[in-house]
Amino acid sequence: MKPAAPPALVVNGRGMRVSAADKRKNLLTFLREDLDLTGAKRGCGIGQCGACTVLADNRPLRSCHALVADVLGRSLTTIEGLAAPDGSLHPLQQAFIDHGAIQCGFCTPGMVLTAHAFLLKHPAPTREEARKAIGSNLCRCTGYQQIIDAILAAAPHYKK
Amino acid sequence: MDDLKDKAWRNDAAAKVTGRARYTDDLKLPGMLHAVPVYSEFVHARLIEVDSAAAAKSPGVVRIITARDVPGVNRCGQILKDLHVLADDKIRYNGDVAAVVVAETRAQAVAAARRVRVLAAPWPEVLDPEQALLPGAPLVHEEHGSNLIHRHVIRRGDIDRGFAESAHIIEQEFRTPFVEHAYLEPEAALCRVRGDGIVEVRGSMQHPYSTRRFVSEFLGLPLARVEVVGTPMGGGFGGKDDTAALVCARTALAALLTGRPVKMTYDREWSMRESYKRHPYLMRYRMGVGADGLIKAVYVRMVADGGAYCSVSPWVTWRSTVQCCGPYVVPNVDGEVSSVYTNNVFTGAMRGFGSPQVNFAIEQLVEMAAEKAGLSGVEFRRRNMVRQGSTTITGQVLEGHVVSLSQVFDRVLAESGYEEKLKRASRGRGEDDYYGIGLALSYRGVSLGAEGTDFCAAVVSVQYDGSVLLETGVHENGQGAESAMILILAEELGVERGRIVYRRSSTSSVPDSATTVASRGTIMGGGAVSRAAAAVRLQMAGAIAAELGCAPEEVRFAGGRLTAPNGKSVDFTEAARRLYRDQKYPYALGVFPAPHVTWDEHTGQGKAYFTWVYGCQAVELTVGRRTGRIKLLNAWAAHDVGRAVNSAALLGQFYGGMAMGAGYGLFEELAMKDGHLTSLNYDTYRIPRATDMPEMTAIILENRDPLSPSGAKSIGEPANELMAPAIANAYFHATGQRRFELPVGRVR
Ligand code: FES
Ligand code: FES
Repeated sequence: MKPAAPPALVVNGRGMRVSAADKRKNLLTFLREDLDLTGAKRGCGIGQCGACTVLADNRPLRSCHALVADVLGRSLTTIEGLAAPDGSLHPLQQAFIDHGAIQCGFCTPGMVLTAHAFLLKHPAPTREEARKAIGSNLCRCTGYQQIIDAILAAAPHYKK
Repeated sequence: MDDLKDKAWRNDAAAKVTGRARYTDDLKLPGMLHAVPVYSEFVHARLIEVDSAAAAKSPGVVRIITARDVPGVNRCGQILKDLHVLADDKIRYNGDVAAVVVAETRAQAVAAARRVRVLAAPWPEVLDPEQALLPGAPLVHEEHGSNLIHRHVIRRGDIDRGFAESAHIIEQEFRTPFVEHAYLEPEAALCRVRGDGIVEVRGSMQHPYSTRRFVSEFLGLPLARVEVVGTPMGGGFGGKDDTAALVCARTALAALLTGRPVKMTYDREWSMRESYKRHPYLMRYRMGVGADGLIKAVYVRMVADGGAYCSVSPWVTWRSTVQCCGPYVVPNVDGEVSSVYTNNVFTGAMRGFGSPQVNFAIEQLVEMAAEKAGLSGVEFRRRNMVRQGSTTITGQVLEGHVVSLSQVFDRVLAESGYEEKLKRASRGRGEDDYYGIGLALSYRGVSLGAEGTDFCAAVVSVQYDGSVLLETGVHENGQGAESAMILILAEELGVERGRIVYRRSSTSSVPDSATTVASRGTIMGGGAVSRAAAAVRLQMAGAIAAELGCAPEEVRFAGGRLTAPNGKSVDFTEAARRLYRDQKYPYALGVFPAPHVTWDEHTGQGKAYFTWVYGCQAVELTVGRRTGRIKLLNAWAAHDVGRAVNSAALLGQFYGGMAMGAGYGLFEELAMKDGHLTSLNYDTYRIPRATDMPEMTAIILENRDPLSPSGAKSIGEPANELMAPAIANAYFHATGQRRFELPVGRVR
């Protein structure tokens, strides 16, 4: 028996194969339409707003601007994959709730994932650093202040 | 921490932070088709034909819909029915929709839409609102007779005498641009015809009831046969009213004609091209000030570009009329505000609703007047500001609530250290980057005022196990309205909020509650909830009062119990169970009509709003000496909110409003060329990023309003209307130069 080929793509810890046709698809469309992972949103479609952000090997990626082929062999995390398997919220998600960082919620999945990737690398940020970290994600509702509060509040959970 | 959690609680937060919340485009139905709009290249043109023959043969196309397919009335509008859902006689702006293509997949629909040809004869266009008013200008709506949509006047006192008494006269013209709401979620709709024949509409809209009106008239169906179901939406800010309803109406027609569910999701480019904007204003002011430093007279003429359709222009400009002199006592006023048709993109409701424009002008004007009168801006404002019992420029006496303008002013002055910092302002001198601080004040009439029908309904239904269902006519726009309603009800019934489930209402279950705009959600919805709760309390108390040995009115609801003055009590759940046992329902419809207001259209006098809110914001900034780049350093806001129902949500309104106001002040404007919008996405339309914003300080004042059953007033719009003038004033204190046009930071 031949050893099983490694999965083409890992999404939220689950390996999957993708067809040749799928590889040519826009990643955001693929996630939303084919996998029904609708947490990533299409806010602009041109890489400006960050609402479509997912993580590829824990690095933020604008899925509206990527093809499935671009992420083959990598491990993707979408907002649906951040909470624990039993459904309990990640401390960062809880911090977003506790600090009033969510209004309409359309930017929230991208914001949370961007902040998560940032905190993994910088577990003790200053306010200014946190502000810069989300500088690439647009939010029209919150004025960003409570999002920054939430990021700082969650930071201690990232210290090893 | 528990306290913080409690204050930040929202019923929808967990779903939104995990991606579980399903917005319109996230939903799918079996057999669903996809629809997309078709635009034309024209700005103003007589429509000859929509040629869809080639497109119809495109792969996957199921149907192409034009005005000819409309079973009901193709014209809609909240004030004038001048808005065609699908272009019929003319193209009036570049965002008019000529057809809708329905196909098996979205990609197929998009491909086919490119093959639809719109044939039309170009017509002379008019793009400048002042020119549109000149005799002989091309008419945007011939049947309207002129391009004047509406003109409001305000006449108070004797304007000539006012100027005669003045020692100083200040004259200035101000301009503001088209501004985009820029909600993160573009418009979307998902419609189907259910088995029972009801047309079910989901969509990203902030006005389910007007959407229902638009859809039912467009389809020629009675209101009861159209059900608009609330769906999470990604921001509105006043912008998801008319256009969003049109998207729903067209999608509903597609579902009706094809017999299959249809989804239409807008690209950002379509959304920006078609959706209405904030009105650009041209404002010409003349202000007279006496030797005593008191404002004697204001003469003002304003022209607002309404674009191709009326939308709510008369209401927006009405607020500008009532608030044209800012929160100051002015005995003699002669004002006119005209809204005008042009072939530009149309304009309508946007957070602030006619106040951001006039505040930009008046808050600079008072500082210019102060300087002429030899007073500081602070002293000048103190002498002229409205106080308890003052009479406004429309003749309304400010009473029945706490007039807290001086309170919010003092708090911002103190917390920001304004007067000390102002001494350090550069005024265009020095070697470093220029430094300045500035502020602005406002008062704001609450809710719709004398121009709209203003009422709201809520239904409270206690179940026999003590759990509670709540529905209201207030729509969740992302501002946390549902959570606020739950918190108000929990307090009114004296139960923990976990018992209460907010049932996302449909237009079929709660009576028409008008629109969730004008920051009226909390005061009006909260009023309705309070009334429904009062009725339910009486029902429940009535059933157990005898046993407790007191009168029903004496029963207190707290801690999950009903308690008599003598200390005897019954558990809330037990009381509910007993009602059911006696075949009585603890169920009530609460209706809150806004208290009475009056208006005389000819003189612009009357009691314009039933109550008012007061606010003050300040900002500190630097301006690059060579680059001209403006950097905000700190910002403060004080608002009297009546009562803080949910403090985290309230802070979110403060910060979000300040950020949007900062964008308006710094760089937001839509670029246009010959009637074509050239800002069509976030690359060419800049909104504030986290790195554009400073740390903000929110100061919450609570003077409970007796006219609001829950005590709460409003915050969404007040928070949004002051940052631009504060930036303009700070810019002047930094550079010594006034900017009379928004955005202040425009590269010149
Ligand atoms: S949708 Fe991808 S960046 Fe906006
Ligand atoms: S919460 Fe609405 S865009 Fe961020």
